[in-house]
Amino acid sequence: MHVLTDNWSAYWHGFLGTLWLTLVSAALALVLGVVVAGFRVSPVKPLRAFGTGWVTVLRNTPLTLLFFIVVLGLPRFDITLPFFTFAVLALGCYTSAFVCETLRSGVNTVPVGQGEAARSLGLTFTQTLGLVVLPQAYRAVVAPLGSVMIALAKNTAIAGSFSVVELLGTYRTLNELGYGIVWTFVWIAVGYLVLTLAISALFNLLERRVAVSR
Amino acid sequence: MTVESSALYDVPGPKALARHRLYGWLALLVIAAVVGWVVYMLFHTQQFTYQKWTPFQYKGVQELLLRGLGNTLKAFGWTVLFALPFGALFAAGRLSDHRAVRWVCTLVVEFFRAMPLLVMIFFIFVALKAPPMWALVAGLTLYNGSVLAEVFRAGVLAVPKGQKEAAYALGLRKTQVMAYVLVPQANRAMLPTIVSQLVVALKDTSLGFLITYEEFLHAGKLIATNLDYDLPFIPVVMVIAPVYIGMCLLLSWFAKWLERRGRRDPKVKGGAPVAPAGLTPDPQG
Repeated sequence: MHVLTDNWSAYWHGFLGTLWLTLVSAALALVLGVVVAGFRVSPVKPLRAFGTGWVTVLRNTPLTLLFFIVVLGLPRFDITLPFFTFAVLALGCYTSAFVCETLRSGVNTVPVGQGEAARSLGLTFTQTLGLVVLPQAYRAVVAPLGSVMIALAKNTAIAGSFSVVELLGTYRTLNELGYGIVWTFVWIAVGYLVLTLAISALFNLLERRVAVSR
Repeated sequence: MTVESSALYDVPGPKALARHRLYGWLALLVIAAVVGWVVYMLFHTQQFTYQKWTPFQYKGVQELLLRGLGNTLKAFGWTVLFALPFGALFAAGRLSDHRAVRWVCTLVVEFFRAMPLLVMIFFIFVALKAPPMWALVAGLTLYNGSVLAEVFRAGVLAVPKGQKEAAYALGLRKTQVMAYVLVPQANRAMLPTIVSQLVVALKDTSLGFLITYEEFLHAGKLIATNLDYDLPFIPVVMVIAPVYIGMCLLLSWFAKWLERRGRRDPKVKGGAPVAPAGLTPDPQG
């Protein structure tokens, strides 16, 4: 216990770093994911091809390799940003591929008849999308999106090895201070559990909110 | 033109088609501009100089890369070898009739699924002082084995109840029911999911880079940070990334192929439902 209380500020700092990294990357991933999902279901062929390529490549790229490319590669193009921004870029782009696939399969769960019925009622494209298709897709998307976000929170641990302040990285400081390594890790694990459980509770709440008997 | 989700819009008429074509050209233009900018930057920052690419002709460098690739595949191989039995064991434990066994197995599986893989790898590496490769393999085994345990369990539970009841009615014992009736049927539905999980394991072997395991990425970094070769970072990425992505893609395609084959098989039609919903793990790692 004293490992935690003695080093509360280090842990708290790391925890906030992980939390912040998760939130910002999640925002980027959601925006990118929505855009790419839009590309993938659009009637415009080059956009569809781009979306497919984006998802296929990113889903099959090891995240460490992506970090490697972004953190060490972009500076060669004279693009120098803070490490935090690099980490957000890598995590956000990587996760966007999974968000995109979740959204796309969500849209695909809406029966074709729903869209056809909406159009035959005279709804415009925006109305069809906003009033009929998306509200139904949203319900199917919440639960899998929750697992994507949990995976994102877990993946932020990699950023620590690329000079970003986050929870796992605190072990180095504490190790140098001579604290028991096992307990150091126990509290790190607790930190991650708190974060993932919180995300999971949040999405459970959302899921219960939007649940309707279908 | 095949449109995947036609719930969104009608079959386009001539006017809409013309508009889509216009958008298509505009999109192509933007994509071409981005690609052009990247290529320009590559030339501008002199990534294609002789000095940066000659190292790849050296025998030593080639061997270094191959050794790295070999180590990556070695870690992956060990992981597969350990994770599958681990998953089977804990899936069986979670399906056990004994409450204590069930609880312990549930606890273990849920814990390792909830922990970031890297935290476990670092713990094994730093606290238990394991050599890098075994720290990596152990971490990967615990995580992927736990996910696989859930896959196995879901697969066995998805076999129609009548199968189990019929097997018991024939007088088979508990182990026999599992081994002769449930697992063979579940196996077919699970196979694609198992292979997709192996893609995750293959991707995650690159985490070994962070604990100084001498795998593919590590070899790349050694070459990329060599001043004698004029820091050929981008060339190294151009060599390494396609190999990594290619390996994962091949395995992903294999999973997809297995899934299609399972769905097409006439023997399956009308029999056990294949690939029940909720069985797919997140391939994110």
